Amino acid sequence: MRDTPSRRVLFQVGAVVLALLVTTVVLIAAKAPPLAAFANIVQGAFGSWDVTSNVLVAWVPLLLVTSGLLLTFTVGLWNIGIEGQIILGGIFATWALRVYGSSGMSPTVVLILAFVAGMVGGSLWAMLAGALKTFGGVNEIFGGLGLNFVATALNIWLIFGPWKRPGVASMSGTLPFDQRLWMPTVTPQSMLSVPTVIIAVAAIAIVYLMIQGTYFGLRLKAVGKNAKAAYILGIPTWQHMMASFALCGLFAGVAGAVQVTAVYHRLIPSISSGYGYLGLMVAMLINYKAAFAAPVALFFAALNVGSIQLPIVLRLDSSLAGVLQGTLVLFVLLGHGVRQRVLKKPQVVS
Amino acid sequence: MRKTMVLVLLLTLTAAVGVFAQSAPPAAGSNLTIGLVMVGPYNDHGWSEANYDGLQYVLAKVPGTKLVYIDKANSSDRPGTTVSQLGESLVAQGAKMVIFSSDDMTDEAIKFAKAHPDIFVILTSGDQQWKEGKNYQPLPNMINIMGKVEYMKMVAGFAAAMTTKTGKIGFLGPLINDETRRLASSAYLGARYAWVHYRHRSVDSLKFKVTWIGFWFNIPGVTSDPTQVADDFFNSGYDVVISGIDTTEAVAEAAKFSAQGKKVWAIPYDYKNAIEEGKGVSLGVPYFNWGPAYVNAAKAAMDGTWVNHFEWNGPYWKNINDPDKSAVGFNKGTLTREVSEDVDRFVGQMARGLDLWEGPLYLQDGTEYLKSGQKATDQQIWYLPQLLKGMEGQSVSK
Repeated sequence: MRDTPSRRVLFQVGAVVLALLVTTVVLIAAKAPPLAAFANIVQGAFGSWDVTSNVLVAWVPLLLVTSGLLLTFTVGLWNIGIEGQIILGGIFATWALRVYGSSGMSPTVVLILAFVAGMVGGSLWAMLAGALKTFGGVNEIFGGLGLNFVATALNIWLIFGPWKRPGVASMSGTLPFDQRLWMPTVTPQSMLSVPTVIIAVAAIAIVYLMIQGTYFGLRLKAVGKNAKAAYILGIPTWQHMMASFALCGLFAGVAGAVQVTAVYHRLIPSISSGYGYLGLMVAMLINYKAAFAAPVALFFAALNVGSIQLPIVLRLDSSLAGVLQGTLVLFVLLGHGVRQRVLKKPQVVS
Repeated sequence: MRKTMVLVLLLTLTAAVGVFAQSAPPAAGSNLTIGLVMVGPYNDHGWSEANYDGLQYVLAKVPGTKLVYIDKANSSDRPGTTVSQLGESLVAQGAKMVIFSSDDMTDEAIKFAKAHPDIFVILTSGDQQWKEGKNYQPLPNMINIMGKVEYMKMVAGFAAAMTTKTGKIGFLGPLINDETRRLASSAYLGARYAWVHYRHRSVDSLKFKVTWIGFWFNIPGVTSDPTQVADDFFNSGYDVVISGIDTTEAVAEAAKFSAQGKKVWAIPYDYKNAIEEGKGVSLGVPYFNWGPAYVNAAKAAMDGTWVNHFEWNGPYWKNINDPDKSAVGFNKGTLTREVSEDVDRFVGQMARGLDLWEGPLYLQDGTEYLKSGQKATDQQIWYLPQLLKGMEGQSVSK
């Protein structure tokens, strides 16, 4: 059998169906009504403008993170340290708000500074993982994982230590920032901030164009396909890996800044909200193709937000969304592997 | 004609002012869906379950009420969500009154109350609606409810000091704030009273150590592990551990040590039936009975008598375990007959006016807190700035 686009789609659809089946089995095993559960997730994600806007709130950082990860995946790197890079983005953005928030500068300028600081923080942390790999020979997966722990510890130390509330170290985070330093939202009730949506869409567009339409993107791909060959052909390999780390960290840092300025309005212990790991899953699910990042990230965000209904309405644990997301990625990867074994690549006629 | 116009104008103005002036939400009428946001699992045998049970009491006592709830409302368990967003999910399910049942939710509850002036909001354990409080921020749709569990912590400290063989009592503390300082200190006051007045020992020979884990319950990798802290206490000669956290690790560890033949005890917190986990090692539990206060709030929301306020409800001294009248209680566990009688005697003394928040009392750093004969005001107790002299442990988070 030949590997054609239509057959590829067939495999993807098959994987989704299988994932749904497995989740259904899990639900039945938990003595829960599967249809009602799925219906509640959909209702909880798109049942009203309020919940849909919450989906978009989750979509923004997820899409930003996925955008960054597409660059590191392109160059063949597993940037597991993405969580830490979001956290550092959040920390640096908080630092900027604390330093410049009361300086008399206009809130817009302070917020821009916070975003720039977030970018710098995320980028530096990513380059640290890159430096460990390039100069220390530490595999980026282990280096990144280690740096995630360090970032979490640093964040908690700041919240419980130097940046604690007056007299109280609280898990609920630092004191909320002055309201004028919150990112503007659609309505006072909403958490949805249009500028952050624009930033996220711009991020994925930039990454798409970078990979598809620039020499830099082409070189990244070359390094990713075969680093040795790329090196022999004159592409500075480690510099391109470093650059992809730096850029990925930059996008993760923006996600951290969004979390701090638009969602929580303070620094909290779990400021990354697990979007880094979720972003890795999205990137794998779309087979590292930027064109599909936005809809699939939206789907994952919808699952996260929609699943809040499960404990409220059906008394089910909302981690079911995680089960669905995880099995989905597993089956798509499995489908990918099976496809490569079963289907032959179409012959290129020269 | 002109008079009529002036009258119409005045009426319009009054109506407009009425609309814009902040006011409590309109009466909910004969049906009220209540949303409950809990910080831990609804069946944690601790703080969250006590709140959950309080709402079950409301459902039984107030016809027309319905409950929707979400538990584990903290950013570790539900990453990516905010507490106000979870409150909104409950509103989407019909809730007209939302209870944010943790101090940890303060910022988000305020955000929610401001964004939803049409929803009745209870922030349990908060002080924002206390006119005489330090954090007064009037919101017409918000009520703060808290129980004076300090008295029952005194009973806990008393039972601990009457039972200890080593004279060393450990206090497994959550995070450091006004509330936890005053609760740990209350336990110490009860213990000291028992030690000096019932056991006739010198005050200096009582060791009372507080170790804070960093939050109300264990979050692996974030807080200290309460199991480990309890073990450390038992391994270093502290034979009674009073728990100040929302979950029951102290009792579980006491049971484990006891099974190995060590004579140790523990006192859980928050939830009336928390002693069931540690039969034989649990001396009793100081607990909250949220039902009656939540019933009052629900009725006020339904009949339109809701006025924002702060309430700090005490025990019903005639029977501290009266489910309909007492906001706090002490459920006795494994006590010797003598200690059990002494506990009753001590409760009786407090009922008749014994006040352990009376001077001379000194703060941990030695500064005078209450002069001889001076009784602490509610504000002095609520905002206790340090632990008391005689207690070992951190007073302020560094």
